[in-house]
Amino acid sequence: MITTTKGLMDEALLDKKTGSVDNDNESTTWVEYWLEGELVHRSAHVTLKRPVTAFGETASLGD
Amino acid sequence: MANTAAFCTQAKADLMNGLHAFGASVIRAATTKDAYKAALYLTTATKDATATVYNTTGEVSGTGYVAGGVAVTTGTAPATSGTTAYFTPSASIVYTDVTLATAFDAVLIYNDTSATKLALSVHTFGSQTITAGTLTLTMPVNDATTGLMRIS
Repeated sequence: MITTTKGLMDEALLDKKTGSVDNDNESTTWVEYWLEGELVHRSAHVTLKRPVTAFGETASLGD
Repeated sequence: MANTAAFCTQAKADLMNGLHAFGASVIRAATTKDAYKAALYLTTATKDATATVYNTTGEVSGTGYVAGGVAVTTGTAPATSGTTAYFTPSASIVYTDVTLATAFDAVLIYNDTSATKLALSVHTFGSQTITAGTLTLTMPVNDATTGLMRIS
């Protein structure tokens, strides 16, 4: 059973579509469930890959 | 209009001023670590390094989503390796049973303890929508090379 826009439904009654993308920024998968051409469920799982970085610097004294 | 991944510039100064605390800190209002939250933003928003505080401009809305987002788990204190300090939330950020029909592609992590909700970082990903489902943001390995936030 999965959550849908129409309440809990048996997965077997729905058309399932999946997709993924993998690049330097993320690794993402998603799953969709369709009922007679209508999207009733979509979930996504995003794995973040790219950190945000700050570079600490100090100025020289006496220059 | 676009979102840009960034370690928010103001947050760098805030770190220097002790306004962020992922682990135990010096005496402020309390010595406990601060609480952080993660808010999602539409693809039409403009979150980037200039973000200073959390606000609702451009934030997603939809069934099951509460403005301000969800709590970020900070079970692992910042660490250092070599000359790099790093921090990564210790659990995935999960938005459960939501419907977010308008495309979004960014998450802002901000300090929910601070009075003004100081911005910490912006992370972007491919455009997504969620329909009666769950969005899970999984963190990278917490080390000096891939940790989510690093000062080097």
